[in-house]
Amino acid sequence: MTKARVAVSMEGIVKRFPGVIANDRVDLELLEGEIHTLLGENGAGKSTLMNVLTGIYRADEGTLAVRGTPVQLRTPKDAIDLGIGMVHQSFKLVQTHTVTENIVLGLGRGLAPVKLSEAEEKVRELSERYGLQVDPGARIWQLSIGEQQRVEILKILFRGARILLLDEPTAVLTPQEADELFVTLKAMRAKGHAIVFISHKLDEVMAISDRITVLRGGKNVGTVRTRDTDPQDLSNLMVGREIRFERFPGEEVRGDEILEVVELSASNDRGLEALKEISFTVSAGEILGFAGVAGNGQEELAEVITGLRTPTDGSIRLKGRDMTGASPKQVIDAGVSYVPADRHGVATVGDLSLTHNSVLRRYREKKFARGPFLHLAAAVDYARRLIKEFNIMTPGEGTAVRTLSGGNLQKVILAREITTHHELLVVMSATRGLDVGATEYVRETLDEHRKKGAAIVLISEDLEELLSLSDRIAVLFHGEVMGILDAEGADIETLGLMMAGRKLAEAS
Amino acid sequence: MPMRLELRLERSRKLEYLVPVVSVALALLVCGVLLLATGTNPVSAYAEMFTEAFGTSYGFAEVLVKATPLILCGLGVMLAFKMLFWNIGAEGQLHMGAWAATAVVMTGWDGSAWLMIPAMMFAAAVGGGLWALIPAYLKVKLNCNEIITTLLMNYVAILWVAHFIYGPWKDPVSFGFPMTRQFPDGAQLMRFGDSRVHLGLLFALVAAIVLYLVQEKSRWGFEIGVTGGNPAAARYAGMNAGRNMILVMLMSGGLAGLAGMAEVSGIQLKLLKDISPHAAPYGYTAIIIAWLARRNPWGVVLVSLLMGGLYVGGETVQITMKLPVNIVLIIQALILFFVLGGDILSRYRLVYRRGVSHSPPSGGTPSAPPRGDGEVLGGG
Ligand SMILES: Nc1ncnc2c1ncn2[C@@H]1O[C@H](COP(=O)(O)OP(=O)(O)OP(=O)(O)O)[C@@H](O)[C@H]1O
Ligand SMILES: [Mg+2]
Repeated sequence: MTKARVAVSMEGIVKRFPGVIANDRVDLELLEGEIHTLLGENGAGKSTLMNVLTGIYRADEGTLAVRGTPVQLRTPKDAIDLGIGMVHQSFKLVQTHTVTENIVLGLGRGLAPVKLSEAEEKVRELSERYGLQVDPGARIWQLSIGEQQRVEILKILFRGARILLLDEPTAVLTPQEADELFVTLKAMRAKGHAIVFISHKLDEVMAISDRITVLRGGKNVGTVRTRDTDPQDLSNLMVGREIRFERFPGEEVRGDEILEVVELSASNDRGLEALKEISFTVSAGEILGFAGVAGNGQEELAEVITGLRTPTDGSIRLKGRDMTGASPKQVIDAGVSYVPADRHGVATVGDLSLTHNSVLRRYREKKFARGPFLHLAAAVDYARRLIKEFNIMTPGEGTAVRTLSGGNLQKVILAREITTHHELLVVMSATRGLDVGATEYVRETLDEHRKKGAAIVLISEDLEELLSLSDRIAVLFHGEVMGILDAEGADIETLGLMMAGRKLAEAS
Repeated sequence: MPMRLELRLERSRKLEYLVPVVSVALALLVCGVLLLATGTNPVSAYAEMFTEAFGTSYGFAEVLVKATPLILCGLGVMLAFKMLFWNIGAEGQLHMGAWAATAVVMTGWDGSAWLMIPAMMFAAAVGGGLWALIPAYLKVKLNCNEIITTLLMNYVAILWVAHFIYGPWKDPVSFGFPMTRQFPDGAQLMRFGDSRVHLGLLFALVAAIVLYLVQEKSRWGFEIGVTGGNPAAARYAGMNAGRNMILVMLMSGGLAGLAGMAEVSGIQLKLLKDISPHAAPYGYTAIIIAWLARRNPWGVVLVSLLMGGLYVGGETVQITMKLPVNIVLIIQALILFFVLGGDILSRYRLVYRRGVSHSPPSGGTPSAPPRGDGEVLGGG
């Protein structure tokens, strides 16, 4: 094997934000033909470092060289010209345009239009070469999240990228889709591309990467070869302490029935049936997990329970009270907390401060009200408490949450919802994007909560999480419940079959 | 060297307030060039405008007179903008307020001011509010674009007023002028001293205080801020965005309506055609004010005073230097032009394109707004 060439070398990169040093003299070297993982806790500076490499942020200090030549990046366009492309966690695709149109968007020079038919041919060729299956003529809204991600990857490959940065690409993928992505990544590696991969899932990291760089508090605390390390070492490097993995529910603490859903049906945004006659109950002191491949009705289920979507049929009862078709406010008042999947789009207001976001759903409570006024001092105290208890990394409660790292934003939402007094907690993808330490903390908190008698609906695509936390697991497929089984001793194979559409009776 | 725009990461507070100031300066500069081209010395014109407006007690009283409707309309527009409801219908709402206040007088009632003024204020607020309610309702129920509906309704309101002053309410002894007869004493707003400054100024200042409390301190104001910031989050938080939009527009239109009442009852003492200056109508100037004031009630008061000065100064140089009154409109338009441009520049930066330079980075500031995790170039 010839010695790999250096694709990128970053030296002494410093990036400061008001009150934080996101990157503190970071060195990073990427080789051609390697998959290099960036690992680190929430807020460790991974996304920031990648944004520096794509010209979105400008480093305050440090130097950057691409294939041995020192460069200065001012915009993403400069980066693309040098063959650097990034896939961000939330995609920027025009929903009503086709795949090809999205890929060539912004390309044509001057008035010369891009030839769509030629482009489509090239897209098809690229998608075959890298195993990125997607129909070039399909419109974005028709595609699953996984397919949309492929479009994003194709988009940067189309622009000739040889250095690809993927920020938590698997956080939004189903396990199957993630496996397909890995095949693509390996194909790219074989063609000599340099790939940066960010993920909090250690097993993935171990399986796919050649080298791993760990960031902690903005500093590079070590770059290691994957074959010379193991998950435990990595956790220690990342957090500086050991992390345990276990199954939580121990003793039975089940109490009264809290939520009763009977033959509930609902449509999705396009008016198609998304939930079909779903029935289940959740008791106090119980976590009911909902497994299933994304897009099988999970989001609609959460929305119907929380009043954000009106059911077309069936009923919902909370502690015996009929809540079918109640407004979001009535549902909040009845004591239902909700952690939605979409942090930026639904759960927070980016331009408002952490203080304001921490009372987003609680500002009507006596505690935060002074007559018609908002009791700001109480809100500030509350926000400070959340920051402390949940170890949220931010310069202060006054900062706009837009500037928080993905994981820290998730902590804000979870903290707010968990600390709100509630009868029922509905959580979607609780630990998505959280680092190991935070994940452990959230799981412990949910479990503690359960022990104190909370009823929890936990919707997740992460089977490991469901198995470690839930008392019972329901499987959703095409809007139907395939069956509900005890999590204790549940076998993954059965769950897998159910997720693929077998009823429990047939699957086991 | 070709130039290009680059998104900025941190939106700086300083720029936020620097942009309006620089915009005003630039507008005066460009208008100065125009004046120069027409053979007028801009320095002396501006000096004259300024000293007349802010250097004489008569002039300043007139500034306050102009600022009164501007503050009221500006506050209303500001509140709607805060919720991202683009109400550009303050002009129409002002007209409907003036009409409704006049209707109270046209009943033939000739009572004491203690009763008549509150009744007229109430009628004006309701008139302006209901007028604003129509586009709000259309937006909530049918998702009609409010920019278009509010704008078009301005013309309807102006014609509505015209219909009455040319027709049923026309003063028979007005020698054919389209106007109502003069209001009875009880329907006239108290004036201060021998100036034309009237009680409406007090309404405007009280309204500014109330709006400050509502917008910055109240829970309802929080709802408006959240709805403006992220409508989906507002729904998630159990806020009723539709109801709030209706309420906001009732208030917004009500304030503009009050401005109309203050004009007819405090200044004109009758309903007539140009209750709002033809060259630069109050209701449209209010949009510029709300924008310049950064949606801040005190900002609205301050900017309204400046704009009032512009009106008074403009009238002065029209007389003393024979300049067209449209100079006011030109300066206003230039200000708006520069503020909007400046706002773009405060979110983007101008870069000279040299291709990818091959030198080590020299540091500097970042260039795009991130929104949490890896989201990029959100444009918002
Ligand atoms: N635009 C910004 N303004 C202010 N602070 C910022 C901004 N972007 C990031 N930060 C801060 O910089 C630090 C690093 O953030 P970054 O997004 O790089 O973390 P991360 O390692 O990607 O974390 P996560 O795993 O949670 O995504 C955090 O403390 C974050 O709050
Ligand atoms: Mg990140």
